[in-house]
Amino acid sequence: MATQSSRSAARLMMAPAVILLLGWMLVPLLMTLWFSFRAYLPLRGGDQGFVGFDNYVRFVTSSAFWPSIVTTLAIVVGALAICIIFGVLLAILLDQQMWGQGVVRILIIAPFFVMPTVSALVWKNIFMDPVNGLFAHLWRFFGADPIIWLSDIPVASIILIVSWQWLPFATLILLTAIQSLDTEQLEAAEMDGAPVLKRFWFIVLPHLGRAITIVILIQTIFLLSIFAEIFVTTGGAFGTRTLTYLIFQRVLESQNVGLGSAGGVYAIILANIVAIFLMRIVGKNLDA
Amino acid sequence: MGSIRLEGVHKAFGNVNVIPNVDLDIKDGEFVVFVGPSGCGKSTLLRLIAGLEDLTKGRILIDEQNVTNAPPAKRGLSMVFQSYALYPHMTVYNNIAFPLKMAEMDKATIDQKVRAAADVLNLNDYLDRRPGQLSGGQRQRVAIGRAIVREPSAFLFDEPLSNLDAALRVNMRLEITELHQKLGATMIYVTHDQVEAMTMADKIVVLQAGNVEQFGSPLELYNKPANRFVAGFIGSPKMNFVAGAPAAEHGVHEIGVRPEHFDLSTTDGKWKGTVGVAEHLGSDTFLHIKTDVAGLLTVRADGEFGVKHGDTVYVTPNPDKIYKFNEAGLAV
Ligand SMILES: Nc1ncnc2c1ncn2[C@@H]1O[C@H](COP(=O)(O)OP(=O)(O)OP(=O)(O)O)[C@@H](O)[C@H]1O
Ligand SMILES: [Mg+2]
Repeated sequence: MATQSSRSAARLMMAPAVILLLGWMLVPLLMTLWFSFRAYLPLRGGDQGFVGFDNYVRFVTSSAFWPSIVTTLAIVVGALAICIIFGVLLAILLDQQMWGQGVVRILIIAPFFVMPTVSALVWKNIFMDPVNGLFAHLWRFFGADPIIWLSDIPVASIILIVSWQWLPFATLILLTAIQSLDTEQLEAAEMDGAPVLKRFWFIVLPHLGRAITIVILIQTIFLLSIFAEIFVTTGGAFGTRTLTYLIFQRVLESQNVGLGSAGGVYAIILANIVAIFLMRIVGKNLDA
Repeated sequence: MGSIRLEGVHKAFGNVNVIPNVDLDIKDGEFVVFVGPSGCGKSTLLRLIAGLEDLTKGRILIDEQNVTNAPPAKRGLSMVFQSYALYPHMTVYNNIAFPLKMAEMDKATIDQKVRAAADVLNLNDYLDRRPGQLSGGQRQRVAIGRAIVREPSAFLFDEPLSNLDAALRVNMRLEITELHQKLGATMIYVTHDQVEAMTMADKIVVLQAGNVEQFGSPLELYNKPANRFVAGFIGSPKMNFVAGAPAAEHGVHEIGVRPEHFDLSTTDGKWKGTVGVAEHLGSDTFLHIKTDVAGLLTVRADGEFGVKHGDTVYVTPNPDKIYKFNEAGLAV
């Protein structure tokens, strides 16, 4: 794309896609903004005109707001921590020469292909069911009282389910990163007198820095908006209401589109704060 | 302190015998070069000495200590890899300091040693840079710096100059030779470039298919090659080999004459031939001469020898410089 004419030709050809994408993003965004300033209650009087910042004030002053922020962050941070710690360990394991490597790799990646609703249902009914779940049987086998997962430790249970879904993605990215590590660097470190753990700490981990950054950025975006896992397990009960879920309840259960839209705008702001924050701390890793 | 002895070293990868059986005695302070064609096992032998590969059979002794099963870090050797293997996320300073940090030295000592090494290698201006911001020659010096700070008993180099351009290579060759004189440590240097081998080595090990063909000083190898392989490998351009009638005159299977050991004449001589290609290098001219009796020969003439493609010339091998080989390729 070096010449003037090739550049303008490229712009012309890209224009339809850019315009379509822009419309695709802008229309819902503008509609959300529009409704957030109106009292719009579809079953209770319909659109009742502008109310200024009323919806915004009501959304944050509701007693459900701060707990939902805390729950959202707990789920994001918890799932990220599990995905990265176990992702690194699994990636190292999968990088070793071993018998049945191909099959093991496919098995590890499999959860990623399961739809969120399905995997949440599988976990809820097959593993976590307090009477017939596999965990309940396991606990009873050792003579313990089964944990009632989804009401006793609901946030941890959801973190577990979500981590299971996202671990393969993290593992895959980290595995390719580990495979790109020059073995001569490890050998050089070995000759320089670094034992296994120090080699991991000083050579492997810094090498994985960029991949970890990518995993954190991408997964944060998806984890902020998880919904199906909560919907089919606790339905937002027992303190598992995230910001996304709260917005859903405001719009569909309370039939208050204006209030929900205001929540949506908060969610956009939150996502951007998190994104800027992450770019700041970990973005340095990306230029190196 | 850095004598290295290999006794009956054997290495197989699966059922491929890469190194059948090597005995080698390297004295303290020697500069030993391993040469051989690609795939002959030079790197493997070096890695065995370093401890990066396990021996299949045999023993390795460093300073008379059996280190056959010792891990690399315990052998007191440093290695410079072909790719340099610098740590890309660390500055030059931290790269050089890494072995010292691993040895858990205190900060002041580390600083002093790193700066001393940087002085020796002219790296003072680059200590804050990352390896990615250095030129090939500078990276090479960082790799050497990382190797020398630990004051190892011996250095291992695996083709450290093969990524550099010709001019830089000549420079670095000198620098490494000077470094060897300055430090007096044992150095083992792998290369497939016989010019590097001849110019740098105290002793050369010529390897072929994992076997030591000959172990000796560069001039010994040049003047008294043990067999046809060494004769052909050492010297540039390659020695000419002639079998058949001319060899039978000397009562052997095959004779060898180096390009520089011919007398050339346009009027008379032993073998008559026509000039094929003439390579004029200025100081020398290499002629490829097609002879009737002795086949295709490479002959060195001085720079002014004015012949061109198709001319008839006569070549006479210098009778004192004819190498004789028997059927098995051994020198007689
Ligand atoms: N890990 C391994 N598994 C199987 N065979 C190997 C392995 N490493 C090396 N080899 C084989 O051993 C032989 C010697 O390899 P080596 O790397 O020592 O050659 P080299 O002399 O250093 O060659 P070059 O000059 O090209 O670097 C080669 O034939 C190679 O294919
Ligand atoms: Mg090699």
